[in-house]
Amino acid sequence: MIRVWLPAHLRTLARVSGEVEVEVLGPVTVCSILDALEARYPMLRGTIRDQITHARRPYVRFFACEQDFSLDAPDTPLPAPVSAGAEPLLIVGAIAGG
Amino acid sequence: MGRVRVLVGTRKGAFILEADGKREKWNVSGPFFGGWELYHVKGSPVNPNRIYASQCSGWFGQLVQRSNDGGKTWEPVGNKFAYDGVPGTHKWYDGTPHPWEFKRVWHLEPSLTDAETVYAGIEDAAIFRSTDGGQNWAELPGLRGHGSGPNWQPGAGGMCLHTILIDPTNPQRMFIAISAAGAFRTDDGGTTWKPINKGLHSQYIPDPDAEVGHCVHRIALHRSKPNTLFMQKHWDVMRSDNAGDSWKVVNGNLPPESAAQDARRAFGFVIDVHSHEPETIYVVPIKSDSEHFPHDGALRVFRSRTGGNDWEPLTKGLPQSNCYLNVLRDAMAVDSLDECGIYFGTTGGQVYASADAGDSWAPIVRDLPAVLSVEVQTLS
Repeated sequence: MIRVWLPAHLRTLARVSGEVEVEVLGPVTVCSILDALEARYPMLRGTIRDQITHARRPYVRFFACEQDFSLDAPDTPLPAPVSAGAEPLLIVGAIAGG
Repeated sequence: MGRVRVLVGTRKGAFILEADGKREKWNVSGPFFGGWELYHVKGSPVNPNRIYASQCSGWFGQLVQRSNDGGKTWEPVGNKFAYDGVPGTHKWYDGTPHPWEFKRVWHLEPSLTDAETVYAGIEDAAIFRSTDGGQNWAELPGLRGHGSGPNWQPGAGGMCLHTILIDPTNPQRMFIAISAAGAFRTDDGGTTWKPINKGLHSQYIPDPDAEVGHCVHRIALHRSKPNTLFMQKHWDVMRSDNAGDSWKVVNGNLPPESAAQDARRAFGFVIDVHSHEPETIYVVPIKSDSEHFPHDGALRVFRSRTGGNDWEPLTKGLPQSNCYLNVLRDAMAVDSLDECGIYFGTTGGQVYASADAGDSWAPIVRDLPAVLSVEVQTLS
């Protein structure tokens, strides 16, 4: 299972606490994880990436294994510890605003 | 006696204020969706327990929430607003073409006859409809496609479709308003639209009498006289007695911007109509253009009992000094109890109520986040 850490507002929206786990078939990428996440939690559709273009929302970032994958192509394979469930994909809301 | 439920959208969540018909003691619940911007919250007139809310955030985009129990519990419904076909472009602030891009839902207008049907006014300006309680949304493309769309231009707050009025006597007829394109009407249930801006004069656009391009802030009507419309434009309060085919200025004695700018008067955002007196209307004049707070630091609602021109300031219970807030376009509403109640919210976080048609006011709450919208449900 793939571990995913959601920002607080999205945990509230999805009615979960702490990390969530999703099953990903095939290559583990940001795109495939988001596909699985949105399938399991449909209320998250549109909150992390645009529903039509699939573009990442500008104030959302993707971190894993102390690396920033936000600007990488969404089908870029994530590090092996993410695929193995040893490390989570961190979906982070930018620290901004008031 | 009846009771009222006031639905308040703010910059940091939604709140529900409830009272019996006396409207003296209020129960406040919320925040719902704390931390999110709630642009609009409105109940179905068919089923008052069905409430729709527009929830959005600069981080996480747009959500639409729905309640089936009067706001006690909520469920997210559909939030996919895809423009019909290739969206094309409108004008950007500098006049260059700019792609149509969905940003947020400004206004949700439930059908007068079907609790499952609801309209959404969005930014960049378009109107969408759902016939399944908000699960799925489809654009009514005739509005943007009417021909003038490529020339629409945003106002300072974005190019928002913020007003949707449904004619209670003719479900095929609706009115909408866009900042800064103007007002439009459909007579065929939303298939085709035409601009209804004749008589509007806006000095800040190249052709002050253009067919489109006017910054209309709000339109209101009374259910017994749906051909009479009242408009708060950027400057000027207007009325139409032929369903928008033509308009005339009814500023009358509303305050001018200043002694040096007597021609510029009656800036404001909200306008509403007394629930039992179709010629009694309310506005809150605001000092334009960059200041956007009440004249002289005194918060005054102005009431006309003659459908405009003759206005009286209503001040009892409202701060008359050191008051520098704003009242945004969707932040005034009326109830339909025997003695009409008037409500408005401020960017300072107050929601003021009058249980005597505006003669006196008192705050229901004082310290909410900035208020974006106020709606009222009159319940039996």
